[in-house]
Amino acid sequence: MSTTTLPEVLDTSELSRRDQMRARYGTLAPLLAIGGGVLLLLSGLLSWSYDDRILGDISIRFFPAGIQIYAMVIGVVAIALGALLRVRPAWLNPGRGLAAVGWGSMVFVVVALVTISRQAGGSVNINEGGWVALLGALLVFAAGWVARRFELDVRSWPRLPGWAEILIIVVMMAVLLFTTAYTLGLDDSWTFVCLLVALLTIAVALVGSGFGEYIGFVGANNRRVLLLSALLVAFLFPFTQDGSDANMSIATQILIFAATALGLNIVVGLAGLLDLGYIAFLGTGAYVGAMLSQSTFATIGWKPPFIIVMLCGMAVASTFGLIIGSPTLRVSGDYLAIVTLGFGEIFRLAMFNLDGTNGPDLTNGPNGIPAIPDLNFFGFDFGKVHTVAGIPLGRFSNYYFLLLLLIAFVILVFSRLNDSRIGRGWVAIREDERAAEAMGVNVFGLKLLAFAVGAALAGLAGTIKAHQDTSVTPDQYIFLESAFLLAAVVLGGMGTVAGVLVGATILKLLPRSCVTRPTTGCCSSGCSSSS
Amino acid sequence: MTVTEPTTAGPEAGTRVVLEAANVTMRFGGLTAVGDVSMKVHDGEIVGLIGPNGAGKTTFFNCLTGMYVPTEGRVTLAGEQLPPKPLKVVRAGMARTFQNIRLFGNMTALENVMVGRYCRTSSMALTSILRGPKFRREESATRERAQELLEYVGLGNSTELLARNLPYGDQRRLEIARALATDPQILLLDEPTAGMNPKETEETMHLIFKIRDSGLAVVVIEHDMRFIFNLCDRVLCLVRGQVLVQGTPGEVQSDPRVIEAYIGGDDDAEEEDA
Repeated sequence: MSTTTLPEVLDTSELSRRDQMRARYGTLAPLLAIGGGVLLLLSGLLSWSYDDRILGDISIRFFPAGIQIYAMVIGVVAIALGALLRVRPAWLNPGRGLAAVGWGSMVFVVVALVTISRQAGGSVNINEGGWVALLGALLVFAAGWVARRFELDVRSWPRLPGWAEILIIVVMMAVLLFTTAYTLGLDDSWTFVCLLVALLTIAVALVGSGFGEYIGFVGANNRRVLLLSALLVAFLFPFTQDGSDANMSIATQILIFAATALGLNIVVGLAGLLDLGYIAFLGTGAYVGAMLSQSTFATIGWKPPFIIVMLCGMAVASTFGLIIGSPTLRVSGDYLAIVTLGFGEIFRLAMFNLDGTNGPDLTNGPNGIPAIPDLNFFGFDFGKVHTVAGIPLGRFSNYYFLLLLLIAFVILVFSRLNDSRIGRGWVAIREDERAAEAMGVNVFGLKLLAFAVGAALAGLAGTIKAHQDTSVTPDQYIFLESAFLLAAVVLGGMGTVAGVLVGATILKLLPRSCVTRPTTGCCSSGCSSSS
Repeated sequence: MTVTEPTTAGPEAGTRVVLEAANVTMRFGGLTAVGDVSMKVHDGEIVGLIGPNGAGKTTFFNCLTGMYVPTEGRVTLAGEQLPPKPLKVVRAGMARTFQNIRLFGNMTALENVMVGRYCRTSSMALTSILRGPKFRREESATRERAQELLEYVGLGNSTELLARNLPYGDQRRLEIARALATDPQILLLDEPTAGMNPKETEETMHLIFKIRDSGLAVVVIEHDMRFIFNLCDRVLCLVRGQVLVQGTPGEVQSDPRVIEAYIGGDDDAEEEDA
């Protein structure tokens, strides 16, 4: 973050040692990298396996598919970094990137070869392409091993003209969109694992060599463009799916999950209150949405338009937040976590029991409220397929667009609150409660507010979730879901927006991509090695 | 640079009582940490609070600022009795710093000071989301004032650094800036020079004089005797929760009971370095 923590004091002897090192390895590393890269490129054109039924079809020469393409991309990155190492720009650190590519390409090729020999029945099935790739990866690894000694200090980045920086962002976003669509389109689990290794390799290489920081720098210069293009990419995503709802269903779940996680981020990330029962607020919203829906099983006769339902969901959830918060927020830390955990379970059990025999019939007990009809905005039926510009958009795409609006709203609320008097108060409480109080921050009030705002956002998401899932049952709101939400917040980075979005996406996507693809025995190990 | 000489009382010292603590007593179970301490502070006055470790100085501060509810006695600020709630005490115009620095480590220096403005600003959740002109005005005023205060304490160049990355002496000064941001009438400093080198101590002394000259009353807890006797207009010596001596630095310095309390004349005196 701050450059002051990096004192760079080098005496002259060390400098000259460095120069010697450069002279000695300066030509070797680029040569190795470029050679390895070329071999990787070449291997993509060769046949990797005799068996044409595994990993897509990688047996045909001069027709790269699946993992062969990934090998070629890694090769291109290796060549580029090798060339950059020769050029030695002052604002990049290709050595570290090359080291990452070296490791990554080794892992990638080894995973690929092991998979081929396991699935095709023995290593005899590996064709010449696989061995060439292994050789290439070894060379790149050696290049990385040599090059990691060049530690350059990236001090400043060149400012490109405005259009060029915008172009960088746009290209990056386009690559992101394409990669996402491609990744989700994969149906072979080991190709997927190989792809993840390849993507991870490239990502680490780019970050290690300083491209990541540079893109962050460009992004910071063009914040608005970045935001708009990110939204545009998200908006365009359904159009890449060709009318298929399979991925859109996952995408909508990710969006709901991410929106809820962002709400939790206010409570945990900003105010520092560990809430382990947060899913209850999503549940509150979902039940409000269900009870006020057009469903014949809805227990309340009032069926207002959806916009009112959303407001009701927010209001009821935040009221619950206040009710739960006012006694529990008097404790803090571990105790708060335990109490909120209890309240989360109380919610679930209450919904389970409000079936008419133990209390008023509000929730139909364990049966929940099924048959919630799709939303209908002014004649726009969310359940129907709509064709836009020749591309059919299915039911989940419709919900996806609505959820995009939701998440944009949540991000707006989060970031505006964060950058205000309220947000500073929250962070101050998180950092040091007693000091915050002594500086005149209304600790209890702000904690309650965090609970209420967080709950309101979750409640809002819940009302949409009820319609998208078409049914609401108590067992959707178990503790595990709260734990998952918390994991998304912590994994992504507490108090950040982008981090939590990434965390939520990873947590929803990874298990799904591995589990839903039926290949025996290898799923869990594949996930853990690639994550 | 003539501050090392003892100064006389501030220009308008004694004109108006800012803080009055009357018979403040704090008992924890059977232990009387602070017993029947009374103190008056006038505006533009620097009052020092000394005493061996465990004499009850910080406990007394906590009673004044509402962090503890005193068992007996009352605290009045500018004639108004203070409720023992930190929040209301700050609003009424009393700010403090902490013996062990308690900054908001993961916020920048500027944000730390902006937190201090919390009780003097009013925009709530909805206005923060909608961002009307009033919100913008208040926000930029807060930012400006915070920047001003950072420059005032000499941290004008460190505004964007995280508080935990600041050097120790700067952290102490940042705490003072944060306390000043609450627009206090009286500032309570709990060991402002603990751990500082002589140069930093001298700079802190300058700063406290500057704050005093701007019309604030200051109460200082300190163990550095040279610092306290050079700085203060009046000194209170607490020993075992009781006021032992009260008077000008000269009087307190030469009082045999103070020396005895510090260096030890009888069996229960504590070891303490000046």
